[in-house]
Amino acid sequence: MSSANPFIPSAYELDKEKRAQLARWSTLAVTVALLIPVALILTLIALKAQPALSWEYLTGDVSRSGAAGGIWGPLMGTFYLTLLCLAIVAPIGILAGVYIHEYAPDNAFTRAIMVAVTSLAGVPSIVHALFGLGAFVATLGMPKGLLTAAMTLSVMTLPVIITSTREALSSVPKNFREACWNLGASRWQTIRTIVLPNSFGGILTGVILVIARAAGETAPIMFMGAVMWLRIAPAGPERLMPYGLNDEFMALSNHLNLISKDIPGMPEEMKFGSALVLLSLILFINGIASLVRLRLRRRKRW
Amino acid sequence: MSRRTPSRGWRATLSSAADWIEKPIEALIRACGWSSIVLVAAIFCFVFWYAAPLLPKIDWLGPDGFFTSTNWHAKEREGATYGVLAMIIGNFAVAAVAMVIAIPFGLAAAVYISEFAGPRSKEWFKVGIEILAAIPSIVWGFIAITMIGPLLIKYAGATMGTNLLNGGIVLGLMSIPLIVSLAEDSLRAVPDSFREAAMALGANRWEIVYRVLFPAARSGLLAACMLGVGRAIGETMAVLLATGNKNQIPTSLTDPITTLTATIASEMGDAEAGSPHSQSLFTIGLLLLVITCAINLTANLVIRGNKRQS
Amino acid sequence: MSPAHLELRDLSVWYGSKKALDEVSFSVPRHHVLGIVGPANSGKSSLLKTINRTLEFIDHARTEGTVLLDGENVRDIPNVYSLRRRIGMVFPLPVGLPLSIYDNVAYAPRRMGIHHKPQLDALVENCLRDAVLWDEVKDRLDLLGTKLSGGQQQRLTLARALSLEPEILCLDEFSIAIDPVTTMKIEEVLMRLKERMTIILVTNLTQQARRMADAVAFINASQLVEWGPTEQLFNQPAKELTGRYLNGEFG
Repeated sequence: MSSANPFIPSAYELDKEKRAQLARWSTLAVTVALLIPVALILTLIALKAQPALSWEYLTGDVSRSGAAGGIWGPLMGTFYLTLLCLAIVAPIGILAGVYIHEYAPDNAFTRAIMVAVTSLAGVPSIVHALFGLGAFVATLGMPKGLLTAAMTLSVMTLPVIITSTREALSSVPKNFREACWNLGASRWQTIRTIVLPNSFGGILTGVILVIARAAGETAPIMFMGAVMWLRIAPAGPERLMPYGLNDEFMALSNHLNLISKDIPGMPEEMKFGSALVLLSLILFINGIASLVRLRLRRRKRW
Repeated sequence: MSRRTPSRGWRATLSSAADWIEKPIEALIRACGWSSIVLVAAIFCFVFWYAAPLLPKIDWLGPDGFFTSTNWHAKEREGATYGVLAMIIGNFAVAAVAMVIAIPFGLAAAVYISEFAGPRSKEWFKVGIEILAAIPSIVWGFIAITMIGPLLIKYAGATMGTNLLNGGIVLGLMSIPLIVSLAEDSLRAVPDSFREAAMALGANRWEIVYRVLFPAARSGLLAACMLGVGRAIGETMAVLLATGNKNQIPTSLTDPITTLTATIASEMGDAEAGSPHSQSLFTIGLLLLVITCAINLTANLVIRGNKRQS
Repeated sequence: MSPAHLELRDLSVWYGSKKALDEVSFSVPRHHVLGIVGPANSGKSSLLKTINRTLEFIDHARTEGTVLLDGENVRDIPNVYSLRRRIGMVFPLPVGLPLSIYDNVAYAPRRMGIHHKPQLDALVENCLRDAVLWDEVKDRLDLLGTKLSGGQQQRLTLARALSLEPEILCLDEFSIAIDPVTTMKIEEVLMRLKERMTIILVTNLTQQARRMADAVAFINASQLVEWGPTEQLFNQPAKELTGRYLNGEFG
């Protein structure tokens, strides 16, 4: 007698359920299979770098083409490069995001700007390097150095900051703006007093991601004055600010690029050491961005 | 009741300083807003400008032609030839290998994270994907040389560790986070009412994914894959280190190759400014720019077409 | 007879190619209450937005005709912010700004350069009292305005509009989120405020218009059907449509 109880699943339904479970577990397996090798790689880098890591490694001068000594010069170079890039791109990018989201009328020109932003995001980093060479060095006659490298990085990271600013602004409801306008506040007053304070976290996340991106990039700076070795003052304020705006510089990413190639007598831990320092620097910056985002989600203001 | 209303004077303040600062600030914001359009135009112009002197002289489709030969002798002062066929093929081959890895992994991970994972494990997986996305391209190149290369020599019978397969693996891993996040976005963009309607009809989770979400998010998923391809083609440092940098058309997965991006990266440092060699590298840059822009714009059209539909 | 405080002449509003308001003309004398009634979507809110020129923030919106404030065309007022500060607006959706209650009310005065603390304190208290919110919030003025209930936020919106000390107060369905008792209290306050300002009251509640308005304008399908003194409109409407609407036969 076939049971008429509708709550007992039929063979067909059981089969369906089995397939759903299969899909669930296989997609899980794929995801895990993706992440485990990455975790392994990161662990391995850390293990192999371990013999090199010390305070002296971080603060010592590069010597014998990176085969000995430390990475102080590249570390400082990356720091100032990132700082400079941020100083250029953060105001422009944030204001551009503000323009697109708060000011731009809905017309063909605005859509063209949006297309430009997405196109800019898709331009390969090596083409940015060509652009930097052509525009800043060859045409404007600026010297290859910290400033031109930072400008090239700024062009590259501009769409990142524009996009994240736009997203952050769109999380502020339109009502708030209208309420302010009705009170006689101008667009800018509204943005300054209500919109920006309430999208600050999202914008900050974008800025932090730009830092991570700028610190890790190699292609746009490798022809813009990043070099293998420079003499750095052993002490004094010059040790903390080793490069002028127009000077050539060392950078961590370029340092790793140069010592990755086969250099005879290069101890393995020196390579892995710089890889680990660069990697942890960038993961650390990204971690800060994630924390900001997490805090943001917890703190609802409306 | 004593009403201490302020004098009418303050309300009639017609032009406080704050009102008139509006104009210059708006001008500044507008200028920044236009920056991206100016920059895109400038990138095209400058790359074109510094390639231009060579363009009329290049043989495009002849026996030593740009698109038709593999003879890349750009440094020669006499009888230089500019064949980039091997680089184009190398570029697309390495991107293809990357996509063979990245698309299944990326889509599966996106489906798991957006549809099956619990709220807590979802956060953890996202952190994992974010870490993957954060690793800079030069570190990927380093990983390719020092870790994947030896494995390929040992297990895949490669004579050189840096080759097409190595580049493909690394590029695949690099493209996965992009594909995951874009695919997840487009799955999440499917209205919950679709899911609920399917559930009310007795569909289980997998049927919802397979029969409802995939068709509804089809163009978003397609665009995610296309942008992954765009990313893979434009990638430079990882490819430069991972692919062996040899100007030849690959015949097997373990052949070393070179790409358009890697060629610029490895030769630009030696090229004298304004020389035909430098101009030829700018020409390659122009080609790259056209390819990546075409892919990105198509992908965005696909996404927008989808938005208009729904 | 005193000149009209606010006068509309052949005012039309388009959104793209869609006409939202079709050649509306009326005038309001100083210290009068004008009730504007009509079904939803008939263009009442667009009308208010043309008066303080916030319609300019909407893409593709376009106006024709003139709005005269004290005989001056609002389009010719050089400083649009000063115009908006002369007109208080309360729209139907309650909006508490994500600021403290105190800062919500002090927002507009501060934009105009008032930072003197005692003056602001007095202003905030007066406005909150007028909006019948003071007793509920006086002990927690630092609470976020967005955390108040819908009805409280609506009164907060009213308090913010009053903080401008406006010449003209425009209320668009202000009672939609407020309970009847509070509504009555606010109506009393409004009748008192009439001494100081002209009030334009857009409402769906015809009885509310009858209670409060000196004159009533009936707008239907983007057009001004009829406009006149309240009792005349309610008792002897010139148009059949007006009578049917005011008696609740449609809308």
